[in-house]
Amino acid sequence: MTQTSSLKRGEMRHSTREALTGYGFVAIWIIGFAIFTFAPLVQTFIYSLNQVTIESTGVSTEYVDWANYSRALFTDPTFVELLIGYAIETSVSLPIILIFSMIIALFLNLDFKGKGLFRTIFFLPVVITSGPVIRELTEQGATSTAGLAQVAAVADFLAELPRSVRSPVEYLLTSFILILWFSGVQILIYLSSLQKVDKSLYEAAAIDGASAWESFWKITLPSLTPTTLVIAIYTVITLSHFSENKVLKYIYDQTYAVEGGIGYASAMSFVYFGVLVVLLVVVYLFLNFQSRRAGK
Amino acid sequence: MNRDLRAYWTSVLFGNRTSYGVVFTVVLYALLIAIGFVYLYPLLFMFVTSLKTPDDLLNPMVQWIPTEFYPGNYEKALRVLDYPAKLLASITVAAVPSVIQTAVCSVIGYGLARYNFPGKNLMIGLVLATFIIPAQSTVIPQMLTFKDLGLLGNLSSLVLPALAGQGFNSAIFILIFYQTFLALPKVLEEAARLDGASDLKIFLTVGLPAAAPSYIVAIIFSVVWYWNETYLTVIFLEGGIQTLPMQLSKFVQAYENLYPPGTVNVLDRLNEAVKLAGTFLNILPLLVMYFVMQRWFVESVERTGITGE
Repeated sequence: MTQTSSLKRGEMRHSTREALTGYGFVAIWIIGFAIFTFAPLVQTFIYSLNQVTIESTGVSTEYVDWANYSRALFTDPTFVELLIGYAIETSVSLPIILIFSMIIALFLNLDFKGKGLFRTIFFLPVVITSGPVIRELTEQGATSTAGLAQVAAVADFLAELPRSVRSPVEYLLTSFILILWFSGVQILIYLSSLQKVDKSLYEAAAIDGASAWESFWKITLPSLTPTTLVIAIYTVITLSHFSENKVLKYIYDQTYAVEGGIGYASAMSFVYFGVLVVLLVVVYLFLNFQSRRAGK
Repeated sequence: MNRDLRAYWTSVLFGNRTSYGVVFTVVLYALLIAIGFVYLYPLLFMFVTSLKTPDDLLNPMVQWIPTEFYPGNYEKALRVLDYPAKLLASITVAAVPSVIQTAVCSVIGYGLARYNFPGKNLMIGLVLATFIIPAQSTVIPQMLTFKDLGLLGNLSSLVLPALAGQGFNSAIFILIFYQTFLALPKVLEEAARLDGASDLKIFLTVGLPAAAPSYIVAIIFSVVWYWNETYLTVIFLEGGIQTLPMQLSKFVQAYENLYPPGTVNVLDRLNEAVKLAGTFLNILPLLVMYFVMQRWFVESVERTGITGE
């Protein structure tokens, strides 16, 4: 078949033709990437090295070298503090989301009456999680675990803790439900991954006398490892892109602030991007290391 | 006899090969109901509070059951949100880019999955990168370009990136379609090719029908994400189109325009019940969509087998 088709088309080889057709399908993405992602990314980087002012005639830039970056990292106390807060909150939320979504997916994968109803409940937040909705709910105190952080005993206990321990604990208490709300897509992915596990493995294990508990640790959990890695990365990115994220709000405010400006905001967005990549690499290495160790 | 009885009760309580046993079932339901309640707590709180009269709000005895059915908050919130107009705007903003994005992403995913070309792996890497790059690092030049072209406040500022596979979360959809088409057997394609079908025709007649569940997933998630997106819509659409979430962001301001604080009586002041009524109206269309489509929503995700490997 290959022979005839390439002969009919004259000199063009089959692989060349295939490549050209492939490019035809993805061409629009390559153009779009160049226009809507790559060019703006480069432009933002150039802005970050400049003092940018918007005038009626257009944008005027004045080259300032790395001044915006050093200001973000060394002079601006708010930005660094927000960045650290973001890193802490993300690393506190991630394991909770992973464990919670895995447990719920394991439950929902069982056979019991009313499974559909519970599925509906646990996927619900996927649909309604938007910035303004979350903001309203948080402002009205609907997302904290029933005011636990306000209870005198808890407050006293918190006051005793050193600051570095206190802030993650406080974050946990005040936004526990919110953290769980970010588990919807993760539950979905775990569930579809669980349903792909070969049923005959469990049967074989049961015949060999393995208990359900052993099957879980020896069959279910290892087969979820690749999925966990994907979910972890997805979770970190979603948390980092969420519009109520404090760092993002600060960058947005600074874009239009008099003392900030586009150049400064661009520099901060690149610092933020860098921190996000570092977080992703750490998560990737950590989970990879864990799964390798478990595999041994 | 005694031993048989004990074995029987053990299996009833702790299960055997065919059932989970009473203890496990009870624990399972108790856990799921408890977690489900915590999960739904913000929604229940919102709904109950939105029905409270100003008196109920101040009365500490009234927690979960309002003393009377009071639709007043909703009447106000409907006016403040300018609901019918903004609802229509939201539907347009969610639906149009979603349909375009899904169609384009399926073509791109098909090209990546079915053809070999130099630079393919690089491209897959770059697709992933577009998912990681925060919008903040690209949005300002985009905004300035759209401003120069006079497209700010215009739906095209969302449609154009979607059309080029750079819409909101496009990378996820490209990867979903990539996986779907990768799993499609080559035999079908070769049979069609022997019949003399062109590549485009093979895509339309073989690829597209086989990927139907992925299309459903992509459309649903796309609509949800475009609906809920406020960061980009505020920057690109502000001044032209107002969506419901955008209107909710400035609820207080809009409320005070309609009911100036100094001129209305105490009962008509802005309170949390009105705000939460507005929030509930905001998510209501998505809730309706979700409950109508939830079978598809869950099942098609399972059928597409998105596990992201």
